Amino acid sequence: MAALRPWLVMAVLLVAAVALPFVVPTYYVQFASKVLIMGILAMGLNLVVGFGGLVSMCHAAFFGLAGYMLAIATPKYDPASFWVSFPLAVGVAALAALIIGALALRTRGVYFIMVTLAFGEMLYFLFHDTSIAGGSDGTFVNYKPEIAIAGRMLVNLDKPLIFYFTVLVFLIATIALLTMLVRSPFGHALAAARDNERRARSLGFPIFRLRLMAFTISGAIAGVAGYFAAAQFGYVAPQMLGWHVSATVLVMVLIGGLRSVAGPLVGAFVLLGLEEYLKLATEYWKLVEGLVVIAIVLALPNGVRHLLTAVLGAPQEPADDQTGVAGAKHV
Amino acid sequence: MDLATFGVQLLNAIQYGMVLFLVASGLTLVFGILGVINLAHGTFYMLGAYIAYGIVSATGSFWLAMIGGVAIAFVAGLALENVFIRRLYGRDHLAQVLLSFGLILVLDDIRQVVFGKDVHSVRPPEFLSGSIQLTANMSYPVYRLAICGFCIAIAVLIFLVIQRTKIGMIVRAGAENREMTRALGISFDQINRYVFAVGIALAALGGIVVSPISTVFPGMGDGMLILSFVVIVVGGIGSITGAAIGALLIGLTDTFGKVFFPTFSSVLIYVLMAAVLLWRPNGILGRREV
Amino acid sequence: MIRQALPGQNMSEPHLPDASLRAASLSKHFGGLRAVADVSLDVHTDEIHAVIGPNGAGKSTLINLLSGDMNVTAGSITLDSRDVTRLGAERRARAGIGRSYQKTTIFAQSSVYENVRLAAQAHAKAPLRMFGSARSDSAVNRAAHEALQRTGLAERAAAPANKLSHGEQRQLEIAMVLATGPRIILLDEPLAGMGLQEARRIVELIATLRKGHAVLLVEHDMDAVFELANRLTVMQDGRVIASGLPKTVRTDPAVRAAYLGNHGDAA
Repeated sequence: MAALRPWLVMAVLLVAAVALPFVVPTYYVQFASKVLIMGILAMGLNLVVGFGGLVSMCHAAFFGLAGYMLAIATPKYDPASFWVSFPLAVGVAALAALIIGALALRTRGVYFIMVTLAFGEMLYFLFHDTSIAGGSDGTFVNYKPEIAIAGRMLVNLDKPLIFYFTVLVFLIATIALLTMLVRSPFGHALAAARDNERRARSLGFPIFRLRLMAFTISGAIAGVAGYFAAAQFGYVAPQMLGWHVSATVLVMVLIGGLRSVAGPLVGAFVLLGLEEYLKLATEYWKLVEGLVVIAIVLALPNGVRHLLTAVLGAPQEPADDQTGVAGAKHV
Repeated sequence: MDLATFGVQLLNAIQYGMVLFLVASGLTLVFGILGVINLAHGTFYMLGAYIAYGIVSATGSFWLAMIGGVAIAFVAGLALENVFIRRLYGRDHLAQVLLSFGLILVLDDIRQVVFGKDVHSVRPPEFLSGSIQLTANMSYPVYRLAICGFCIAIAVLIFLVIQRTKIGMIVRAGAENREMTRALGISFDQINRYVFAVGIALAALGGIVVSPISTVFPGMGDGMLILSFVVIVVGGIGSITGAAIGALLIGLTDTFGKVFFPTFSSVLIYVLMAAVLLWRPNGILGRREV
Repeated sequence: MIRQALPGQNMSEPHLPDASLRAASLSKHFGGLRAVADVSLDVHTDEIHAVIGPNGAGKSTLINLLSGDMNVTAGSITLDSRDVTRLGAERRARAGIGRSYQKTTIFAQSSVYENVRLAAQAHAKAPLRMFGSARSDSAVNRAAHEALQRTGLAERAAAPANKLSHGEQRQLEIAMVLATGPRIILLDEPLAGMGLQEARRIVELIATLRKGHAVLLVEHDMDAVFELANRLTVMQDGRVIASGLPKTVRTDPAVRAAYLGNHGDAA
């Protein structure tokens, strides 16, 4: 019975997600799309932070880079082809993650944090100071990308409902991918390196390669999110790559719980919902948000995982014993 | 580029590097001794500059601004350590990063309330304004030279305190082996508080000192924070001399970068960092992996 | 990379080619401190070569140099005919050198089984495979089970590693090494902090490791050392002061003077 519960919860959430756009006003559908997009970004980041044990402060750069690729690939008077722009955006994000990861992973602990922060800022400055794609002003994504085959449109991303469902499909795919990774030998090795790097190394695991693979995949996922964020918002600016965005996504990861695959999605929902509410309530919403973040860090060392576990069951623990008891859950 | 211009740019680079070193050493102090990474360090640099502006506007005295600014930062540091920072000791990096990020959000809005979003500049003290003739065709602002001298003086002061005084010895012992020092009966609560306050004060001091020559604007803290990190990564893990070298290198790269490659000058610094990481992952003077 | 005993092969009768690990003029300096100075020794398959010495003799540093946890300042380390001096710990492990740690270094949050399973996975055909469940690799599971069986931890497989007794954790250390199918085994004070009963178990276990492996044993426990060692090397202040058969070494006057004191009289 304990093993059934996670699937039940997943099914319920899925039904809710599918039904949502039919029962709420359009504005909230767009908000929900935004939550799903940031959820994808946060879950991707968590592969590195929660499962890898590395605090990366540059994922917004991969996110923004992909968005910029879409903007650059979109002609002035036509939509970009999804089949071209999507692989381009995700590919460039992954490449950036590969290069930055190869350099950053030569360092450890706090220095890794500093280095990722610095490289993220480097990309920010690249778009801010040069005239690439509008420089500090940013640039528009004139049309949403077109998903078509042989001239016939398959999916019309201009409609908020369709856009939402498209993003939902990618969200589910991301969850499936991450779940697979976490349960695989790769995922177990990554967690081992997190828990005791020395021991993992002395057993023979190629730690650098392992972490670089995780970092690159995580960057690619951030790229997926960035692509759709740019498509939805219709505009990209250097701020998208800024480290404040990276830090905000980390907050989502913390809220949702580091040891669970889909927890960060919940974190995205909570934080974005909070922001929406605060922005309406007060001019100094940043101050309140700052206090909330501080409170969460101090009061809930494991994020709201405690609250979540009560409702959803124990989080995914990759290094579980073979008997699979203790309600191992894959969400 | 003629010799005079080169000379001026060189001095600019050194002066810039000195301020970087001042701020970065505050950051290393907090990290090296308290084990805490504080992202809000840059925010105090920014606040120092704004407070200097506020005090100079109100009283016209730059000296009052310096003393007042440092005092405010010091006291604020004591308070913050007591309320927030000490809960971070021994916690994982993510917690430290996020708590200090939260602090940035809070402090930014406080700055907004008190000073607004405006951009300012501050007048340097009378006797330090104006230029001095260094060579036949090169004159240089006195104030900038004063900054160099001042930063060197502060660095020497810190060095003397850490190496030659009893409290410095305790701080060093605590950094090496906290358990043992505690077992000897020395309580760290007070010391931690002062170390953090000094670290913050150094950042604020940096902001105060540059306010006459650099625009005082809301985003200045972020930039300085990142640069401090780059200085530490380039100069070397755990090395103050390394931080000095790193700061100088960054100063040179940035200053001459702006002259030769104006659009890419910001990116150049990170290219330098990347190059250092490829060659020596622990920084130029960093301790090698055993 | 040479693949050693295929996971699944009966560990007590491995069909491994003979192996040897040779250290030549090994030195390690920490600034002015010479932790290890000009140490040479070797160990072959089917023998237990013990290294003893008073505290500060450099034994731990020596093991760290051999396992790749520390870089050598001078000298060379050869595995069979291959120079492995510049290889890091990961690659030495993959080349067939396994080591246990004096200070228990395990995955404390995981179960005993997962600890050993990870060790076996590191030497599987595809240690970083990204699809399929990690726990369903039969070859890896077999190697893990055998290692647990051999070290007497089969009953404790499901227990969280941090709930084990000290002695059991030392057993786990050895189980993890075994699960990697090494040809060379480096044991860093496996009996540290053990009671008599537990120590007995471990000594018996180590004796069984001799066949088919080259075992280098660093230890303080003299009874265990003289019971187990085929050859004995004594270190002091980073140098080797005697090396050879145990019965010869224990009568060496320099060794007596430095270390054994009255113990050697019992010969």
